[in-house]
Amino acid sequence: MTGTKRSGARVARAGAAPYLFLAPAVVLFVLFMALPIGYTIYLSLRRTQVSGLGLGRGSRREVFAGLDNYAAAIGDAELWLGWLRVLGYGALVLTVMLGLALIFALMLDTAHVRLARFSRIAIFLPYAVPGVAATLLWGFLYLPSLSPFQGLLELFDGEANLLGAGTVVYSMANVAVWGGVGFNMLVLYTTLRAVPREYYEAARIDGATELQIALRVKIPLLTPAIILTTVFSLIATVQVFTEPTALRPLTNTIGSTWSPLMKVYRDAFVAGDLYSAAATAIVIAGIALVLSFGFLRIVKNRAFGEG
Amino acid sequence: MRTRRFSALAAALLTVVLAAGCSGSGSGSPENATGTAPAQSGPVKLTYWTWVPNMDKIVQKWNAANPDIQVTVSKQAGGDDAAAKFLTAAKAGNPPDLIQAEYQHLPSFVAAEAVADIAAQANQVRSEFSEGLWNLVTLGTDGVYGIPQDSGPMMLFYRADLFDKYGIEVPKTWDEYAEAARTVRKKDPKVYLGTFSSKDPGSFAGLAQQAGAQWWSISGDAWKVTVNDAATLKVAGYWGDLVREGVIDDMPYFTPEWNKALNDGTLLTWPSAVWAPGVLEANAPKAKGKWAVAPLPQWTAGENVSGFWGGSSTAVAAASPHKEQAVRFATWLNTDPEALELLVKEGAIYPAATKGQSVLTEAPGYFAQQKDFWQLANQVAATARGFTFGPNVNVTYDAFKNAFDKAVEAKSSFADAVNAMQEATVADMKKSGFQLAQ
Repeated sequence: MTGTKRSGARVARAGAAPYLFLAPAVVLFVLFMALPIGYTIYLSLRRTQVSGLGLGRGSRREVFAGLDNYAAAIGDAELWLGWLRVLGYGALVLTVMLGLALIFALMLDTAHVRLARFSRIAIFLPYAVPGVAATLLWGFLYLPSLSPFQGLLELFDGEANLLGAGTVVYSMANVAVWGGVGFNMLVLYTTLRAVPREYYEAARIDGATELQIALRVKIPLLTPAIILTTVFSLIATVQVFTEPTALRPLTNTIGSTWSPLMKVYRDAFVAGDLYSAAATAIVIAGIALVLSFGFLRIVKNRAFGEG
Repeated sequence: MRTRRFSALAAALLTVVLAAGCSGSGSGSPENATGTAPAQSGPVKLTYWTWVPNMDKIVQKWNAANPDIQVTVSKQAGGDDAAAKFLTAAKAGNPPDLIQAEYQHLPSFVAAEAVADIAAQANQVRSEFSEGLWNLVTLGTDGVYGIPQDSGPMMLFYRADLFDKYGIEVPKTWDEYAEAARTVRKKDPKVYLGTFSSKDPGSFAGLAQQAGAQWWSISGDAWKVTVNDAATLKVAGYWGDLVREGVIDDMPYFTPEWNKALNDGTLLTWPSAVWAPGVLEANAPKAKGKWAVAPLPQWTAGENVSGFWGGSSTAVAAASPHKEQAVRFATWLNTDPEALELLVKEGAIYPAATKGQSVLTEAPGYFAQQKDFWQLANQVAATARGFTFGPNVNVTYDAFKNAFDKAVEAKSSFADAVNAMQEATVADMKKSGFQLAQ
């Protein structure tokens, strides 16, 4: 009996401590994650109802709207056109950025590369430049009347314009790639450095060339890290906002609803409709969730050897 | 006053952060709604959001003379983003007491119940302003929602030296302007007479006003929306034809390449407002003394009308606990002779108050060679006509940018772009439940 009692007391004591330790995290989570998300969901279910001219006192009321905002968000062609544009942009950014990151990481990891430390920092440095600054910097380089490349481009095409309707997406992707390669390379490179050197020695003794080591040993070992960087990049791409917003004043080719997140911004702060913006934001979050978890599910077996 | 686009952009990004912060704090307005000042000791403290240069110096004068009403200036980036920031702050329950409100934003502030009706106090200074400007702060109702501060009658700014070089007369009508545009292209294919900016709905609205457009009007208890009226379609068609013909450029204003063109003489005119000298001085310092000003070209020879681009009022937040004191400051700022002189000299604005125009004697430094700059401006101001702005100007202006961006890029019909503005405006008003007249 006493034994049971004592163990019960221990459970109670142990029961309090974890919650105490957890408390700061829970409080922060509730304050800065759960509550704002809850408030967003609340807003997304409401709308303003104006009567008459909407000018006098009390002519504007906030009313419950049910799922109307969601229906409008999903039914809005502009949102899906935005997704389509982001899809093209994302495919470009993801493949080029992660491809370059992988190649650079592998190159830096080979024993014989010179100036490894310098190259590593040089590739990583753009990541430290804030997105808006980077985009404006590139924007000036793209503007036809200011661009130092313009003369060169006009040799091939007299009408060349890096901010034209057909080219602007590549120009934008270039900014994202320039800024993102360094970070992803560093993640892959650190993973590579953690691999025991004996693996490579063994491969070399078996007569493998550096290329074969890279393809047959390093890349398989890197798979979890590649997946990690892909998921992060995927999420960042779905949320693309900075590059198109910062380039927009410089060109006629980017509308205020170019990406889904830009549409949310437009609705909330230009059109002043927080309610439909909140609904669109939830739809975007849902799609981001489905995309990243969907991707993880597809690659789960390969990455973590499960299932 | 226009500010550079990039500072506006930075403000836009700040707004997102701000909004995120606001949603967390909920509706925590401390002492509002009733509008009566609570009994208290010590001076009343007012905050004032504005982007007029050197406003802090002007406010110092007031603070020194009024120890019981102390005003603090919070400098804003200006433009549409400042309006969005104010609406967000008002919704979150912590707006400033006073705000610089551009005329086109005032109706959306009123519709959102973000600014107070100050008719009781403000009607006393009504006679200080012209009828047209006063209508912009009453919206044609019995209320008064701000004290007019500055206005932006439009004029034609042009490179006098290069007009001589290419042998062009200052165009008196838009037909002559189009002809001059063709002449310039023939003489030097690197040079344009002007450019059409798809990023500046305010400029387009001003040109449409000159042609007699009325985008919104109130009939009884309903709004009438006619963004695509005949006058607007005429203006759009005119510029669309010139852009398609290739005799007018299509680069937006306030961009680095526009600055470059202003500086190096590849852009010869800018139909702009009376505040243009400040912009030219900042963005085209090399061309100082080479620009001159004339009235806008007219649609019919012999006519004499203009429109407005920009201009703003000082409004009082509906949630301010010290409305009475705030109005006192706002009326002093915009009607007191001493304050008007400071606004002109330090703030470089074109005052809305009629008597403020007599302060303007010496031409702006950038236009030192044009002695009659202000006489001309005053003449033009008397002939400028505005229109009533509706409660969702932001939506209309956003639609302008998107539709004209596309039209310029695809060299497609500008009339379609105007129709797209009309549709977007009407759809948004219908969605909110505004009463619309047919």
